[in-house]
Amino acid sequence: MKRLLNQHPDTTQKIILGVLPFVVLLLIYLVASDARLVKNPDDKLLPSISDMGRAMEKLALQPSKRTGEYLFWQDTGASLTRLGLGVGISALIGLFFGILNGVIPYSRINLSPLITVISLIPPLALLPILFIVFGLGELSKIVLITFGITPFIIRDLQGKVLELPDEQLIKAQTLGASSWLVIVRVVLPQILPRLFEALRLSLGAAWLFLIAAEAIASTDGLGYRIFLVRRYLAMDIILPYVAWITFLAFLTDYILRSVSVRFFPWFHSTK
Amino acid sequence: MAVAQIEAKSLWKEYGDNTVLEQVNVQVEKGEFITIVGTSGCGKTTFLRMLLGVEQPSRGELLLDGKAFPAEPGDDRGVVFQRYSVFPHLTVLKNTLLSEEFHQSRLLGKLFGQKKEQAEERAKEMLESVGLSHVLGQYPHQLSGGMQQRLAIAQALIRKPKILLLDEPFGALDPGIRADMHDLILGLWNETGLTIFMITHDLREGFYLGTRLWVFDKIRLDPQCPHCFGSTITYDIDVGQTKGSLFQAIDHSLEDSRKFLVQ
Repeated sequence: MKRLLNQHPDTTQKIILGVLPFVVLLLIYLVASDARLVKNPDDKLLPSISDMGRAMEKLALQPSKRTGEYLFWQDTGASLTRLGLGVGISALIGLFFGILNGVIPYSRINLSPLITVISLIPPLALLPILFIVFGLGELSKIVLITFGITPFIIRDLQGKVLELPDEQLIKAQTLGASSWLVIVRVVLPQILPRLFEALRLSLGAAWLFLIAAEAIASTDGLGYRIFLVRRYLAMDIILPYVAWITFLAFLTDYILRSVSVRFFPWFHSTK
Repeated sequence: MAVAQIEAKSLWKEYGDNTVLEQVNVQVEKGEFITIVGTSGCGKTTFLRMLLGVEQPSRGELLLDGKAFPAEPGDDRGVVFQRYSVFPHLTVLKNTLLSEEFHQSRLLGKLFGQKKEQAEERAKEMLESVGLSHVLGQYPHQLSGGMQQRLAIAQALIRKPKILLLDEPFGALDPGIRADMHDLILGLWNETGLTIFMITHDLREGFYLGTRLWVFDKIRLDPQCPHCFGSTITYDIDVGQTKGSLFQAIDHSLEDSRKFLVQ
């Protein structure tokens, strides 16, 4: 018998083992939900799958009586737009300052202390200020996401630039590159896949800030909806929404990774 | 006697209290192939980095064509390091093309259309001469160590620098491949007539390749203060006139400092 640490599951076992925890959780939920519903058919805490289905059908497939919108898709669109804008703007700012600080010592010494301090401010504590300054509209939500993840991206990318071997930067100069050409031909292309990694890592935080902002002041969005229906204990809406948010988070992560693999093959095969 | 291309006049290099090089006086003519040996920490890499422009002398002068050495790397001095000499995100052809693109396109660093075709033509010729024509589209991580160094050499030489600096370029390669690389570098040197400085830890390689061999070593060793005295060039040998006894003498003297430094 081999040691436990040398035993590896085969492909079928891998799939079964990976799926098993999900199945177990689902079973536990179904059993518990069923037990409560038998005692009290109006129980709202653990709704049955069919209840959730009905609630979601109403939100996703029937126009709202009040506004005529399909609320579920409106929420999804609003949230994804905010998330996309917030993360996109953060990516651009992060890339710019990350590379600048990594390559140019004067810039690094000038800006690093400031960025470190900014990154220590809890973004949610700033939310009231953002609401006061930027109003309750889209801008304050996007600014919150940007504020929350940009310092991390800058610091991460700056560190990655500094990790590039000195030899590479010296070699580029012996080939006739100016500071600018070192940035566009040597540093930027090698940092782009790192940006994708940083974005994947900051997506969790971005969702957190998005839902927090939507919960406090908004008229649509996934976070707005779950906090709204919480008043009615509408677990039949909250649970599917949470599952949907989780799925969207998974999907964005998957897309970022696929794009990175597609465009930076050299990066993923050297790791 | 021809005018010296490179000249060091009582050159010193210190980091705080730590003296690395002291009293280096030497002249190098165009087209020499200088191999440099010495124990680790003897300052040979520091000397190479001064030629590269990454380090500056603490005292004394280092002259290139009679003028002070530029204080940063430039395209008149090519370099090949032991590792990290090629760009991992570019294919073999694009790595070789890079220098042309830097020179002809100061804004984007990229060539298009006819200019690109012409530059690619030259890059392919260069790659042919180092035996890499069959892997133009591959990335460096797909190449063996020897092929990566061939690429690094092609990349460094395509714009014909005056001086080529090699920092243990073959140190990580297998003996058989090293022999191939020796032929390659000697061939390129004969063709181009450029000045080569090459650091090696292999004394035999130093004797075989160079026209002139330098040994960097400490003359004075103080057990109480090992860093008080720096190294200088203790042997400066025209390799044409070598004898076996000399080889042994160098090996012995290096062994002494090595033991001293290990203590």
